[in-house]
Amino acid sequence: MYGFGLIRGLIVTGKNFVQSFYNPSRYTTQEYPEVKSTPPEAYRSFPFLVTDSETDPLGALRCVACLTCEKECPAQCIFIEKSKDKKPDANGRLQFYPTQFIIDSSVCMSCQICVEVCPFDSIKMDKVFEVAVSSRFENLLLTRDKLTKSNQYFHLISPSEAQEVDDRLAAERKVAQEKAAAQAKAKAEAAALAAQVKPVPAP
Amino acid sequence: MSMLPILQTQDPYLERLPLLLREAFTHYLPEPWHTLSNQLISIVVILSVFGLLFAILTLAERKILGHVQNRPGPNRTGFFGMLQPFADGIKMLTKEDIVPVAADHVLHLLAPVSLLAASILTFAVIPYGKNLVALDINTAALYFFAVGSATELSVFMAGWSSNNKYSLLAAMRALAQLISYELPLIISWIPVVMVASTLSLTRIVSLQSGYSFGVLPHWYVFTPWGFVAFALFMVSALAESNRSPFDLPEAESELIAGHLTEYSGFKYALFFMAEYFGMTALSGMAVSLFLGGWNAPSPYLTFIPSYLWFAVKLLSLLAGFMWIRATFPRLRIDQLTRFAWKFLVPLSLINLVTTAFWILSQNWGHLYFIPRLIITLILIVVPYILLSKKLGRGYAVRTYSYAPQ
Repeated sequence: MYGFGLIRGLIVTGKNFVQSFYNPSRYTTQEYPEVKSTPPEAYRSFPFLVTDSETDPLGALRCVACLTCEKECPAQCIFIEKSKDKKPDANGRLQFYPTQFIIDSSVCMSCQICVEVCPFDSIKMDKVFEVAVSSRFENLLLTRDKLTKSNQYFHLISPSEAQEVDDRLAAERKVAQEKAAAQAKAKAEAAALAAQVKPVPAP
Repeated sequence: MSMLPILQTQDPYLERLPLLLREAFTHYLPEPWHTLSNQLISIVVILSVFGLLFAILTLAERKILGHVQNRPGPNRTGFFGMLQPFADGIKMLTKEDIVPVAADHVLHLLAPVSLLAASILTFAVIPYGKNLVALDINTAALYFFAVGSATELSVFMAGWSSNNKYSLLAAMRALAQLISYELPLIISWIPVVMVASTLSLTRIVSLQSGYSFGVLPHWYVFTPWGFVAFALFMVSALAESNRSPFDLPEAESELIAGHLTEYSGFKYALFFMAEYFGMTALSGMAVSLFLGGWNAPSPYLTFIPSYLWFAVKLLSLLAGFMWIRATFPRLRIDQLTRFAWKFLVPLSLINLVTTAFWILSQNWGHLYFIPRLIITLILIVVPYILLSKKLGRGYAVRTYSYAPQ
């Protein structure tokens, strides 16, 4: 009351004004084009497709064109064309693959639902934020080759999540290999058994 | 006009420099043209100086706001962002000027022009230096506020002609605010006229030119009533020039941009120019009325020419305006009118009584100076405390559950 609060406020802002000249550590902002800030761990911009191979990015896509993300996308900005043939994936199993994978970046609202529903960890959120282009219609449709980025890149932008995904995939792979080995063993045993049984002559 | 007898040779060279420069231009012309050309030169100088000052002020404001908020402010265009106002000007000039179809086209064009014209006219009577006043009329103070109050019409013109509900509501609010604060603004400088017994600004300034005990200047702000009147004047001037914390007419968060909503391009820039001109003119008026105009603050500093002293005082008042803008949040419209009618108007009226007492007790002599001062202070402090209490009644200090005290 009596206006003393006003004077206190003026002193606070005055202090800020004077100290900001000789104490750069007070600054809450960065000089953007010169100083590039690293976005926080949970930052996300647009989705991208993860590939396991640097040399043949499109051949080693994790995506198996199951169309889950296309159906779940609330903005309906994903368009996938499923292949007719099958190719072996990283686990060696034959899988379909997307012959076309298009995201309409003007419609995408970065909700991350495609990432959450993907059962194959093949689509993840990117962290690019310098997406400006000089032409009006450039980069509005993100096609398969623009979307594909390597697993190493994923490790670079969000290390902990990438590590977790890698560990899980490796564990699954191990389980699958053990299962396959067990199956092969059982098959061999069955075959051996059959071979044992075979010589029994018919009466 | 009556400013010609002035080339007194006892003045130092720097003091006479502006007039000598003008003479250098005009003495080639035949005698009957001198008055006209002198006036034209004054107009050109005022327009260019204050136009440039406007550009510098916009930059200074953004820089000061930036540093108060611990960021550098504009720093991309030129050295430390020095060219920012010119970049802004080019941008404003090249922008499309959109006029709504349903708007009153004539009034829509006329509003910014008349607003700017009214604010420029106020510059005519301010004494910028010992010999520098464009129009030395003996009712200068009255003229200043009469012209200044024409801005209200322009603001309403803008709101009405835009044919937009936000503009119209904002213009009505602006009218309520401007008329509310016109009253304390004018009552607050009447004490100066009571003491000086003149409305001529040059006379008021020259009356403040002495020094007590060789150090304390006779500025009106150093008298008890003068200090109160100065504070009231500055608060009302803040409201009158639509500056924060009284920037309700263009409250972005409530009214889009108030009466500026339908303006774009250079018309929008004209409104801003008028706002800054109004702020500058009112500060210049405050300097002339209370801060001794172009007088030096100490008799040992008179070697610095008078117009520089005026500039220093003007710029520090403007910096104060910006400091206040950086500090205080905006008032609500009911708080704003309450503050004007229940606090500023009574205080300024009581200040008239205080001043009357100060004048009547002038010949009490040195012996009674202390009682005279005490009575004056009581006349000032007691109403202030009572009115503050009344203004704050029913309002507790706001506490926040989420912020530390």
